[in-house]
Amino acid sequence: MSTILVLVRHDGGTVQKSSLELLTLARRLGDPAAVVHGDVSDALVDALGRHGATTVYAVTPLTPPAYPPVAEALAVAELAARTAPAAVLITSGPLGTEVAARVAVRLDAGIVTDAVQVRAEAGGPVVTQSVFAGTWLVEGRVRRGTPIITVRPNAVTPEPVATPVRPVVERVDLEDPASPAVPRVVARRPKATTGRPELTEATVVVAGGRGVGSAEGFRLIERLADVLGGAVGASRAATDLTWCPHELQIGQTGKTVAPQLYVAGGISGAIQHRAGMQGSRTIVAINKDPKAPIFQIADFGVVGDLHVVLPALIGEIENRRG
Amino acid sequence: MKIAVLIKYVPEATAAWRFAEDHTLDRDSVDGRLSELDEYAVEQAVRLVEAGSATEISYLTMGPARAVDAVRKALAMGGDRAVHVLDDALHGSDAVGTASVLAAALRRMEFDLVIFGMASTDAEMSVLPVMVADLLRLPAVANAVTLRVDGSALTAERETDDAIEEVVAPLPALVSVTDRSGEARYPSFKGIVAAKKKPVTTWSLSDLEIAPERVGTAGAATEVLAVRPSPPREAGTVIVDEGDAAVRLAEFLAANKLL
Repeated sequence: MSTILVLVRHDGGTVQKSSLELLTLARRLGDPAAVVHGDVSDALVDALGRHGATTVYAVTPLTPPAYPPVAEALAVAELAARTAPAAVLITSGPLGTEVAARVAVRLDAGIVTDAVQVRAEAGGPVVTQSVFAGTWLVEGRVRRGTPIITVRPNAVTPEPVATPVRPVVERVDLEDPASPAVPRVVARRPKATTGRPELTEATVVVAGGRGVGSAEGFRLIERLADVLGGAVGASRAATDLTWCPHELQIGQTGKTVAPQLYVAGGISGAIQHRAGMQGSRTIVAINKDPKAPIFQIADFGVVGDLHVVLPALIGEIENRRG
Repeated sequence: MKIAVLIKYVPEATAAWRFAEDHTLDRDSVDGRLSELDEYAVEQAVRLVEAGSATEISYLTMGPARAVDAVRKALAMGGDRAVHVLDDALHGSDAVGTASVLAAALRRMEFDLVIFGMASTDAEMSVLPVMVADLLRLPAVANAVTLRVDGSALTAERETDDAIEEVVAPLPALVSVTDRSGEARYPSFKGIVAAKKKPVTTWSLSDLEIAPERVGTAGAATEVLAVRPSPPREAGTVIVDEGDAAVRLAEFLAANKLL
């Protein structure tokens, strides 16, 4: 069976959920091989094996440390040249896109970004993309070079294999050939952590828009998210008004999410916003304006004041849980 | 300090987009414009000149004859000249093909800094800045929200999910800027008039010494097999709150095993 190279991201011992999704997808296309940077602990190798990785390429970080996307691209391009995989899978998002773009030009290979589905076919993987703000589906494939595919988080449900495999771990030492000038990160100001799930990976997203009315009003969105164990999102209007941090923006110039449940509070549903969330399984909308376009795509809509409906909903959920 | 700004002529976001028979975006049937996300790149370049950090701005675009409208709009905002890569053989180019053309054009231009928008508003792949940087072996900073140039280096700030990073790259360098980098100006009347006199040079593939079979649909490393409208979402229930909305909503969530 042909190899499928999967770029795996991890936080010490824990593999990111989106990487487990890629491994699950890779099993349908071939034989998954994980490309991992940094410390590869036994726990990490076990987790990768439980999700079907038969090989783990443990890449030794470059010294001095390279700009991360450049180092990852170097490793993936080198391993792709060495193993001639049937595809390379990378998670969509700013970092993944940068790696995939570099790998594609280095291998002179075709790239398809932000896949919502990938299926095996005789002529190579067929990739489905959702384009034009989610209004069209495009099926395509790579016809020159190794297919480089970035996959939208939550497009696949991560599943462990029935019988875990014991992956072969292979150390990979790379030399950066005549490294071009690279950017250096000279300062890093970490943001406060919220304890909530990562927005693109969350199974529940509660998002607020202009109709929330104020930064204090946004606390209601956060409270509902916490009751549902979900992530907090926002429309561009809400982030521009600084009611919440910019990285919570969902839509064309923000994140794309596809959770099991999306709750839109005070979001009208302009096309730029819908582009980032209409792949959600179930959409619930609360808005004062019965003509808001969000109701056209909502599975359950409430025409009403979210300042009344959301506190009552939080109370109702808490009551039901006793 | 010379700046090259990459710009793209794209269909209006409000137009009804459709596919042509060859599965490319039908650009003839809709009005086009300078991509809104590229206006932020133009704006940053013009600000760098106004601040005295840069002296010249050249634009580079690849697109059909009508793409010159986008070039004129950018020139009306500021800048000095433009290069338009125009060749029928470019129709249907994929990202890798487009990057090779833009890189070949940039090799023939003078610049210390290349500025891109974060993505096009049509294809939305966000891959071209980094592809071009990789081909030209330039340091690249993607998705910057602020930038400044001091002497021989670019300093940019960008936001990741968990931090704000300050990144420094030696010039020549390439940067893409987001829609949070600063509102783009409207061209003044004076600017619009002045733009008409600014030189726009047209380059063909033979000027760039690129074989036509390497680009366009023929040279694309990807192919589209089929396109279809997304299945419409099934119409849901919409209720008007009469005091019972929270209970009914909770029932809906419970019935769908979402609580």
